[in-house]
Amino acid sequence: MLLSPEPLHIPDGFLSPIMAFLGWLLAVIVVGIALRQTRQQLGERQVPLMGILAAFIFAAQAINFPVAAGTSGHLLGGALAAIVMGPWAATLIMTAVVSVQAFIFQDGGLLALGWNILNMGVLTAFTGYFSYRWLWGKIGSSTPARVAASFAAAWISVEVGALSTAIELALSNTSPLAIALPAMVGVHAVIGIGEGLITGGAVRILQLSRPEVFEVGESAPGKMGATFIVCGLLLAIILAAFSPLASPNPDGLEFVAEQGDFLSRALDPSITILPDYTVPFIKHPATTTIFAVMLGTLLVFALALIIGRKASRSEG
Amino acid sequence: MHISILDIYHARESLIHKLDPRVKILASFIIILTTVILPEGAWVSQGVLFGLLILLSISARLGPFFTIRRAFIALPFLLAALPIPFLTSGPTAWVVPGLGWVVSSNGLIRFMTILVRTWVAVQAGILLSATTEVSDLLWGLNALRAPKLIVTIIGFMVRYLFILADEALRMLRARTSRSPKLAGVKRPGLIWQGRVAGMMVGNLFLRSLERSERVHAAMLSRGYDGEMRIFHQPSMKNLDWIMLLSILSIALSVIVLSLWS
Repeated sequence: MLLSPEPLHIPDGFLSPIMAFLGWLLAVIVVGIALRQTRQQLGERQVPLMGILAAFIFAAQAINFPVAAGTSGHLLGGALAAIVMGPWAATLIMTAVVSVQAFIFQDGGLLALGWNILNMGVLTAFTGYFSYRWLWGKIGSSTPARVAASFAAAWISVEVGALSTAIELALSNTSPLAIALPAMVGVHAVIGIGEGLITGGAVRILQLSRPEVFEVGESAPGKMGATFIVCGLLLAIILAAFSPLASPNPDGLEFVAEQGDFLSRALDPSITILPDYTVPFIKHPATTTIFAVMLGTLLVFALALIIGRKASRSEG
Repeated sequence: MHISILDIYHARESLIHKLDPRVKILASFIIILTTVILPEGAWVSQGVLFGLLILLSISARLGPFFTIRRAFIALPFLLAALPIPFLTSGPTAWVVPGLGWVVSSNGLIRFMTILVRTWVAVQAGILLSATTEVSDLLWGLNALRAPKLIVTIIGFMVRYLFILADEALRMLRARTSRSPKLAGVKRPGLIWQGRVAGMMVGNLFLRSLERSERVHAAMLSRGYDGEMRIFHQPSMKNLDWIMLLSILSIALSVIVLSLWS
């Protein structure tokens, strides 16, 4: 019951050895920085606090609610941890969660652990944190503003995790970008709604009962350096997706084109804001998907802004 | 309802259980690395690795089917590799009746290779966690120079994992007992349910935070200064070295074998 395999935990065998090594290298560097940063922030409280909050995220993943067709919505947790504790602490918390899932529960591979930490820990924490901070500043500082900003932040964090997972699979020549990207991103656009609802609900209850818990995240260190890390990592991943590396087997993409509407037949996304996650005037499916994610993000952000502001006003 | 670590670790009196944790961790990594770097379609080599794992599982007194039964966890991810047989160019192996999609033999080999690699890797992981107690596992990671702080944090996480998981299960039970299904009454909407789940998560966070404050105070009162001290010190015996070297040589010979053919 505690183990609900998340489609983001890459098992071993799906990443090429070079990709796996690269992931470990990046993860070790980023987690190293995170250790130093939180040590400065928390001192000797670091170990018990991070450990217990990691256990909390793991346990919170068991709290679910039924969504249609036998699936259930539950938490990944990176964005929530980052909103409350700041991005570096959240990186550590999620690193512990993902490592335990890999080493003890075999949920995600050992060689793939580097990328799993980056996808589910680092990227969700940082994108969640920065979207939240940015939106919150724009909406205002009331409770509904916090909730709306956290919903959007949680949604985008899951999308970014899915995006990078798909690109890593493509770089390993395991799953063609033209299919993996729309599929992962499409499925997680729906999963992200569950993540957003739970994160928003959690933030709401914290704001109502103990608003002072947010102070830790608000005074968290290293905002500037962190921005560079997130932007750099994302940019590198997206650039890599379009480099010749991504298609050592270039006929894959042409094949998709030849097969005609293979994509639209194979994947029939139940809920999409943009049909098939493709925008008609852009041809390459991967480009289109990234473009669609950006549009979707803008849409979610705009919705959060409008609803948050409205609710803030009605609350006085 | 109660969740315990015993579901994962299986205590037995066996040679494998008594091995140094470092050996078991290294051996798992060696086996996983080998299965991943073997070229595509190296069925004999993969078969040897698989046989080795079954043999280890038997000598750990877990029976040959123990690891196989638990290995299904990685299967959902195979969906991601499903397009490969259709999208790799090569001689046609099969045409899906009715749809006209072409399965190439190269693609099929590639797909099967990924399946086998994942299977072997998951089995190795299961064997590791079924024969090594979590505290030994963490000690081994520490001794193998994994970053000390992160291992300590993970140790703390494992210690409180099942306490908080039980807390979460109690909250779920409370929710269930207050949400009866009544005839003629509509189920509440998805958004409402999501928000309730979220508030439960928030509640659990507060309880965890308070617990961490209590634990921290208790640690300080016992003289904690940011350093965790462990006394437990297994040492490498002859058998440990023999085991490590034989797994390493099996891995190397399997790789050589695959290059040969």
